[in-house]
Amino acid sequence: MNGLTFDIAHLLAGSLVLISFMMLYQDRLFALINVFALHAVVLALSVAWQAYIQDAHHLYITAAIALVFKAIVIPVGLHRIIQRLGIHRDIETAVGIGPTMLAGIGLVTLSMVLMLRVTPEADPLAREDLAFALSIILLGLLVMVTRRNAVSQVVGFMSLENGLVLAATGAKGMPLVVEISVAFSILIAFIVIGVFLFRIRERFDSVDIGALDDYRGERR
Amino acid sequence: MTGFSFDAVAAILFIPAGAAAILAAMPNYRMTATVNVVASLLTLLAALSLFVTERPAPGQYLLVDDLNIVFIVLNTFVGFTTSVFSASYIAHELETRRLTAPNLRFYHAMYQIMMFGMNLAFVSNNIGLMWVAVELATLTTVLMVGIYRTHEALEAAWKYFILGSVGIALALFGTILVYMAAQPVVGEGTNAMVWSVLIEKAAHFDPALLSVAFIFLLLGYGTKVGLAPLHAWLPDAHAEGPTPISAVLSGLLLNVALYAVLRFKLLLAASPQAIGPGPLMVTMGLTSLIFAGFMLYRRRDIKRLFAYSSIEHMGIIVFAFGMGGPLANFAGLLHMVMHSLTKSAIFFAVGHIAQVKGTQKISEIRGLTESHPGLGWALVIGVVAIAGLPPLGIFMSEFLVVSSTFARHPWLAIPLVFGLLIAFGALLLRLTGLAFGEPRGGMAPVEASYVPMYSHLALVFAAGIYLPAPLVAWFQHVAGILG
Repeated sequence: MNGLTFDIAHLLAGSLVLISFMMLYQDRLFALINVFALHAVVLALSVAWQAYIQDAHHLYITAAIALVFKAIVIPVGLHRIIQRLGIHRDIETAVGIGPTMLAGIGLVTLSMVLMLRVTPEADPLAREDLAFALSIILLGLLVMVTRRNAVSQVVGFMSLENGLVLAATGAKGMPLVVEISVAFSILIAFIVIGVFLFRIRERFDSVDIGALDDYRGERR
Repeated sequence: MTGFSFDAVAAILFIPAGAAAILAAMPNYRMTATVNVVASLLTLLAALSLFVTERPAPGQYLLVDDLNIVFIVLNTFVGFTTSVFSASYIAHELETRRLTAPNLRFYHAMYQIMMFGMNLAFVSNNIGLMWVAVELATLTTVLMVGIYRTHEALEAAWKYFILGSVGIALALFGTILVYMAAQPVVGEGTNAMVWSVLIEKAAHFDPALLSVAFIFLLLGYGTKVGLAPLHAWLPDAHAEGPTPISAVLSGLLLNVALYAVLRFKLLLAASPQAIGPGPLMVTMGLTSLIFAGFMLYRRRDIKRLFAYSSIEHMGIIVFAFGMGGPLANFAGLLHMVMHSLTKSAIFFAVGHIAQVKGTQKISEIRGLTESHPGLGWALVIGVVAIAGLPPLGIFMSEFLVVSSTFARHPWLAIPLVFGLLIAFGALLLRLTGLAFGEPRGGMAPVEASYVPMYSHLALVFAAGIYLPAPLVAWFQHVAGILG
């Protein structure tokens, strides 16, 4: 394999992990969404690069979806929602930034050790991609568990899905079915979430999940 | 002949999909309930026709084999009876204005889309397609759980959505890993995701990669099975959604995820150097069983009580399949069928009970056998069955699980029996309060649909007394496939 193509793919996937880390310490909703948009842009570049080096033209569609939908439509939509709900205050993080970053480093180490160990025979590019993808997925999970705000949980979930797209495009020749379905599921997920946000606002004027926790069926 | 049998599979998929489109466009709610029932019945008939027609050769996307026929028939049968129950349940909800007519249109359309998703998951031969189908079924149930739009319903739906999505994301990562493992052997492209191709060549896959993939798949789909410690969404989703949805969640959707786990377990079993799936499944199964057994004691909400009981039973089933071998697999399969039938029957009864009493709190419901004998006795029979007392079907399947465990790993039987006894005690304790004593709560006569619940209970009873030989042979054959 050409050294330069490998390096560029590596650079892009590595940047995605780095941007995932940036999400961990954002304490403003708008900033978090902007970082997510950046995440999506880099994902689109990474997928497009994969499409180029694998000569798989259908991957350009996935890249386009990532760029248009995840980097533009969703962030703009979320900005609107936040403004309309008037919740552009600080994010209430459930865990402090220091421990979160440490946990993030631990997760990335874990995924590197795990994925590189189990894929010694795979194509080096695919294997690095897979290791990075798992890091992004785990960091996305971390964003979800350390935030209490519904919008930031959604952002965490979408960054997790970005990791899945990276993994799917890294796996050479994976059928288009799956990529489209991933993109599609994000669309559906967003609709669902949109509906939910709408309803949550309608009922509580708040999208803080903590407000929901007050009422538990077991302790009436 | 081949053309006709293909039609059966197509019918299973197209009837619910078409019905969903029709239902979404129909304004009249009485009509929609009827159409829902008719569509479910037609799907059931199509599923039954799979027994007699010749099966199509496995394609790149669809597959019918001995294993999934059991699941499909069970799925469409409970789907049909639930639609009958749902019609009477929904009529009451409309009267009390908990739901409006537009809600119902949405509800019925979603019901059929959910059936479509579940059937698609069962017949899919492509692990990517299976993932999409499970995801579709999950999303529709999320929407239905949140349909009442109360605080609790929204919390439940949100929790279900987030946990379900995380689970499904992990499952997708596992699916990608399976593809990565298959790609060097099978070659690039769709074939490396076709299950019937994968199973043939699984022995040559990279065992380490396949093992890691299975762990992700087990965690991912296991979240949807409701295995502890990934079960947190399950009680909330059961308690806060409409009761017909609780019935299909417990009776069907958990089975869909279980089916996915089983398919991948087979894949792993075909690769001799990969980790054994058994110990993982046994551990998760036992943890769920014992955990849920203890949790049963502290429930105050009747639907949550039975939701935890579902976790307990899924634990038993996963344990049995994890043990493997013809007898344990047979027991697991039988237990799955019996649990689906019994648990949905219980939820049918509970749905009407909660409506007539106007509450789901256990402490406010007493003396059901006196105030509403039809419902009360259905609940008694159902709980006696689910607790595993003879002569009902679940006793037999639990007995088989326990005896096969004793025969092979006696030390595993100790925690298993311990868990069963704990759950047994909790259920009977709650039952005596609910069913007997001085009646309390609403006394109004109830317009219940008794046919679905009693037909399920009759089947469970009959299975406990006598299993027809062809059925036993069929199950033994399927248990053999499961290895």
